Amino acid sequence: MELENLATEVLEHARKHGATAGDVLVATGESFSTGVRLKEVEKVQQSQEKRMGVRLFVDQRSAITSTADFTRETLFSLIEETIALAKATAADEFSGLPAADMLAKVFPNLDLYDSVSNLSPEEKVALAREAEAVALSADPRITNSEGAEFSSGDHEVLYANSLGFLGKYRTSSYSLTVVPVASHNGAMQRDYWYSSHRKFDKLESPTAIGEKAAERTLRRLGARRVKTQEAPIVFDPQMAASLLRHLAAAISGSALYRKTSFLLGRLGEKIAAGGIWVDDDAHIPSALGSKPFDGEGLPTRRTPVVEDGVLTSYLLDTYSARKLGMQSTGSASRSFSDAPSAGTTNFFLKPGTTPPEEIIRSVRSGLYVTELSGFGVNPVTGDYSRGVTGLWIENGELTYPVEEITIAGNLLDMFKQIEVVGNDLDLRSTVAAPTLKIARMTVAGE
Amino acid sequence: MSQHSSTPEQIFLTSRDLTAQHLQATLSTALEKRADYADLYFEARTNEVVALEEGTVKKTSRSLSQGVGVRVVADDKTGYAHSDDITVDTLQIAARTARTIAHETGSPQIASVQGIRHPQRDLYSLPTAPTAIPLAEKITLLQRIDEEARRYDPRIVNVMASIAVEQKHVLILSSSGEMVADTQPLLRLQVSCIAADGNNRQQGSHGGGGRMDHHLLFDTDRWQTFAREAARQAILGLEAAPAPAGTMTVVLGSGWPGILLHEAIGHGLEGDFNRKKVSAFSDLLGKKVASELCTVVDDGTLPNRRGSLNVDDEGTPTGRTILIEKGILKGYLQDKLNARLMKMPPTGNGRRESFAHIPMPRMTNTFMLAGESTPEEIIASVPRGLYAVSFGGGQVDITSGKFVFSASEAYLIEDGKVTRPVKGATLIGNGPDVLTRISLVGNDLQLDEGVGTCGKEGQSVPVGVGLPTIRIDGLTVGGTQA
Repeated sequence: MELENLATEVLEHARKHGATAGDVLVATGESFSTGVRLKEVEKVQQSQEKRMGVRLFVDQRSAITSTADFTRETLFSLIEETIALAKATAADEFSGLPAADMLAKVFPNLDLYDSVSNLSPEEKVALAREAEAVALSADPRITNSEGAEFSSGDHEVLYANSLGFLGKYRTSSYSLTVVPVASHNGAMQRDYWYSSHRKFDKLESPTAIGEKAAERTLRRLGARRVKTQEAPIVFDPQMAASLLRHLAAAISGSALYRKTSFLLGRLGEKIAAGGIWVDDDAHIPSALGSKPFDGEGLPTRRTPVVEDGVLTSYLLDTYSARKLGMQSTGSASRSFSDAPSAGTTNFFLKPGTTPPEEIIRSVRSGLYVTELSGFGVNPVTGDYSRGVTGLWIENGELTYPVEEITIAGNLLDMFKQIEVVGNDLDLRSTVAAPTLKIARMTVAGE
Repeated sequence: MSQHSSTPEQIFLTSRDLTAQHLQATLSTALEKRADYADLYFEARTNEVVALEEGTVKKTSRSLSQGVGVRVVADDKTGYAHSDDITVDTLQIAARTARTIAHETGSPQIASVQGIRHPQRDLYSLPTAPTAIPLAEKITLLQRIDEEARRYDPRIVNVMASIAVEQKHVLILSSSGEMVADTQPLLRLQVSCIAADGNNRQQGSHGGGGRMDHHLLFDTDRWQTFAREAARQAILGLEAAPAPAGTMTVVLGSGWPGILLHEAIGHGLEGDFNRKKVSAFSDLLGKKVASELCTVVDDGTLPNRRGSLNVDDEGTPTGRTILIEKGILKGYLQDKLNARLMKMPPTGNGRRESFAHIPMPRMTNTFMLAGESTPEEIIASVPRGLYAVSFGGGQVDITSGKFVFSASEAYLIEDGKVTRPVKGATLIGNGPDVLTRISLVGNDLQLDEGVGTCGKEGQSVPVGVGLPTIRIDGLTVGGTQA
């Protein structure tokens, strides 16, 4: 109750000092992480965290402040400062809280919390140690390690606004990562594997993570370059998810009203191949992106955004919706020191029916992408150029590893050229996709 | 709490009734088990952002953060705990948590806590803290930037500009008893323009800043340069042709293209990766890794630069470290832990994002010294290639050595002349050999304008880069025109 009272008190103090509306975001929690390298504990880190973000309006003017100091003296002076800052900025006719009747009244139970209390620091260290040990013993060519890390967190989020909304939820998180290093003929490679979940029991086993990390690292040994050419490209699920992140950024409210999206004005148009279906779903039980209400207190939901290749919805918060003359999709995400902006919850491309092996078998000569690097994506034009690590496909088989090459194209063309969608969707992160095959892109190499 | 004019000792100690005895007791608790050293890192910072969009300033934000991190180091193990409350009790709790890394019993050697030392030099003493710049002044400047950018060309349809300032106070106490305090201002002005011609839309960005007096940005023509550059880049994009694909000669312009050094060699020369022998540069000290035209340094002591610090985040004075001298690998960037384990001197490169983070070796300002060619000679020497002058971000895999950095403004070179602009493209290469292919180094060394932020293991810190014009004989350009 203490944080509820504090949030209410902040809004009340703000009202008394001239704010016409406002909202408060409070998060508290603790996190723990431990790193093991070459079987020895290398790091133990523990933190207690708390932070409050306050957004205040004076009519259509607003300002945002945040602090970790919850003493009344600091908060009250911060509120007065925020009001003064708001008064100095220009009025924005689209600003403000959502309409009161739109606010969430019932909160779905999404099962986002799993108590960490019965897991001791020693047990957490043991998990990291085991995952690394499995990777190290997988093959004599695994000669070194950047270590394994186990981390856990327990956080509570509370949001309140001056329309009387007050909601909170508690989440837990667990993750285990291993980064082995392999060497052969004087060349080194590293890769990683991880598992991350809100439920401890749902983490992949240390053995599975260690084995997969070793396998991913070993298959990179002996990588070479290929000639510059056009070729079909198969993205593994992690890299296919990165394409989905570019899609999410391009349909988020701020990119649209700022006209910085290559998908501007394409609502209702075909932006991807037939058979492509993309959802943003905030209600998947225990999923990493699920939340019972959005960053402005609006109900969250499942929003289909691409249906059979057609863009059917943007992701909007209240401000961007008003700017665009549309309705919020309950997609507001709120950080402490910035206004709400639209973002994803669980954003994924629905699986097809083709097993990934069959997708690879369909390629006579092409590239299987397992890692992408760099920032060569232009959100305004969709122009795409990134560094690649992967495996070369010859006659339907993965053959030798490749590196120091790039792939380039344009995101809109790439989405339209998706030829096959794999059946291997795994919601291991908040943005996910199955294996995807794109008909042709330019590969730059030798 | 006003932190514009307060000193670190007032903020962290006097105002909280914390005394030398309390600090001593915290260190004693931290070092109760056998450990090599411990330190306390107190930090208080204020960040403010004022942003303009669609011709008006509708967004302001201010954020206050403060806290203390307690670290205990035993051999190569680190225990760390932090708290955003700074009291005698939280210090004790953090110290007890951090020391769990050490198991063996030992007899602690606690030096007595000395008085606060201020760094011997001050690279960024300012008449006004950046957080004390009046809001009205910032709003006026942003509006003038908007007008300047739109005046450049009627096809500029939107301008986004922001001023971000930071005032950070730190107090670092190490178990040797030394206590050092520093106040670190930071200022950054960023302009982004959208140009539109029919359905063709392009974005251009420019900006700069540093640990500098804001009058040098606000009251000179530098802000106009930023506004016009962002507009020029956006307009240029409207006529850019598809970029070439394949391996070719690449000429990098001076200044910000120095991001090449940051990615290709800088990260690979950080002490932690080399101690663990997971860097593509491990065991190459004394070996030739670049053409003899190349001398590369990391220098944290340049006055008013974004990447500079009086002392690093472990209290070690920053310095000028020669990484590569005439092509030979000479040194690594070190923090205390890695320097000790590698039996090398610390170089003042122990940095951390905040009190909530463990320090590690990081770059400051990394650049190549000037050579003798003129930029004109360098371009004229290339029959066919790419001339890249502005970049977005970059990334490196320090183990395989493969790095990328993405050009945002580039031109074709044909018969020794810069001809058509081409679209942005990622350039990819191999860190340990890219510098061996440098065949010409210009006499026009420039440091970047002061916008760089480097990320490593989830921690972001401000950095600088610099480069003279250089010619690289063979780098892969990731365009679409095969």
